[in-house]
Amino acid sequence: MARTRFQADHGLSSRMLLTMFLLGLLYVVFVAVLVALKIPLILVLLIAGGFLFVQYFFSDRIALASMHGREVSPEQAPELHQTVDRLCALADMPKPRVAIAESDLPNAFATGRNQQHAVVCVTTGILRRLSAPELEAVLSHELSHVAHRDVAVMTIASFLGILAGFVVRSSIYAGAYGGGGWGRSNNRDNNAGAVILLVVLASAVVYALSFLLTRLLSRYRELSADRAGAILIGRPSLLASALVKITGDMARIPTRDLRAAEPLNAFFFAPALAPGFSFSSLFATHPPLERRLEQLAKLEAQLGRPA
Amino acid sequence: MKFLDALLGRSKPAPAKLDALFGVTGAAITLEAAAGMKPTGKAAVCFHPASGQGFEAASTELKELLELAVAEAGSTVSVTEDRYGYRWVVLADPDMEDLVTSAHLVNSTLEQHGFGPQLLCSVFAFSDDQGRRFHLVYLYKRGTFYPFAPLGGERRDNELELRVKATLGGDLPVEPELARWFALWGLPLD
Repeated sequence: MARTRFQADHGLSSRMLLTMFLLGLLYVVFVAVLVALKIPLILVLLIAGGFLFVQYFFSDRIALASMHGREVSPEQAPELHQTVDRLCALADMPKPRVAIAESDLPNAFATGRNQQHAVVCVTTGILRRLSAPELEAVLSHELSHVAHRDVAVMTIASFLGILAGFVVRSSIYAGAYGGGGWGRSNNRDNNAGAVILLVVLASAVVYALSFLLTRLLSRYRELSADRAGAILIGRPSLLASALVKITGDMARIPTRDLRAAEPLNAFFFAPALAPGFSFSSLFATHPPLERRLEQLAKLEAQLGRPA
Repeated sequence: MKFLDALLGRSKPAPAKLDALFGVTGAAITLEAAAGMKPTGKAAVCFHPASGQGFEAASTELKELLELAVAEAGSTVSVTEDRYGYRWVVLADPDMEDLVTSAHLVNSTLEQHGFGPQLLCSVFAFSDDQGRRFHLVYLYKRGTFYPFAPLGGERRDNELELRVKATLGGDLPVEPELARWFALWGLPLD
């Protein structure tokens, strides 16, 4: 059995498991509330399920179309294909389709419900900005998303959000157009208003919570993909430098000799980021750059130790 | 377990399978007897360099080991890096058995140091009676082989590749998924 030089990150896995558990719990509670309120669940589930189905089975096409990505053949982009070919052989996974999007934004994404239907897409902006090894690091991060089946996991996780959002809207419509027959009790004129209000409230709360939790899950999965991608190519610092370049924070590594600059200019390079909790970090789909760089630095240090 | 790992986003690096490599010696005999395809006496091991002191130590040890083995078996060895950043240890020895042993030595040294997941492939060069060249590529993670016959201008001789596959039949585990027969342009064996 081959040894690995990297220690497992149990903290990350257990936090992710907890997030998934909370999401599931929320789902169960939500359904229970709906059942208790005697709402025709079938209808709600059918329509929400329809959204889920479309998102799950057409995720690759939807994402590609929205980014204006087009699939490229090995003849059109030989180096990109060769890099993906080799990474897939290293990781022992089937090769996904490869696409390029005409956009100056430096970005890359992977989508598709499983390894057989995956697409990896890079923008022309990232192709121009990153060196070949850095691009390889980004691709290994994206291939890790494919291996972790992140589209499937995130689609199912966000199902509840879609469901709750749908209920909020439909109950508002139902309220606006005269109560709509959801309260099945005899004195429905008295009850219908209260029931609808309750449904709206419950849905709104559930939606807000599930939104926060899916974002949290997304951030954990980004960290996992960083970790797996860095381990795959065995060079965590390459992924870190690609991240720094993409996020446009190149100023963090001054390229000029500070002593040569005017004494006052030197202060412009001082980091203006206040450490600590910020509200926006709760809604982010990606962890802050510092968190990602810190994890990669830790992996790099593990590699540095002699065997 | 694999499903849970995917769900939790902690895929493990795929370990390398080294044992099937020794099958090349027998396969070379079959290829020569059945189709007149001979080994050219060259082979290469390809791996992805990792960062860190551990990897440098493994590389140094590998170099020393290879130099010793070379002195013993009379084969030559050189290390090159291709434009994708992968490192190739190119071995040359007229004796097929020595060549396979040297290739295995490179692999097992890297694996002992924990760099098994960094191994990409091993390649053995052959040519047929009309001088057409092809390579047998060993995929560590799959434990399978596939033929790769490059023509000029980044084209492949698929007919020759399929003929080799048919000839090898039962001798070697040939990669069943054709999509995994990826091209290795700029191979340092040509």
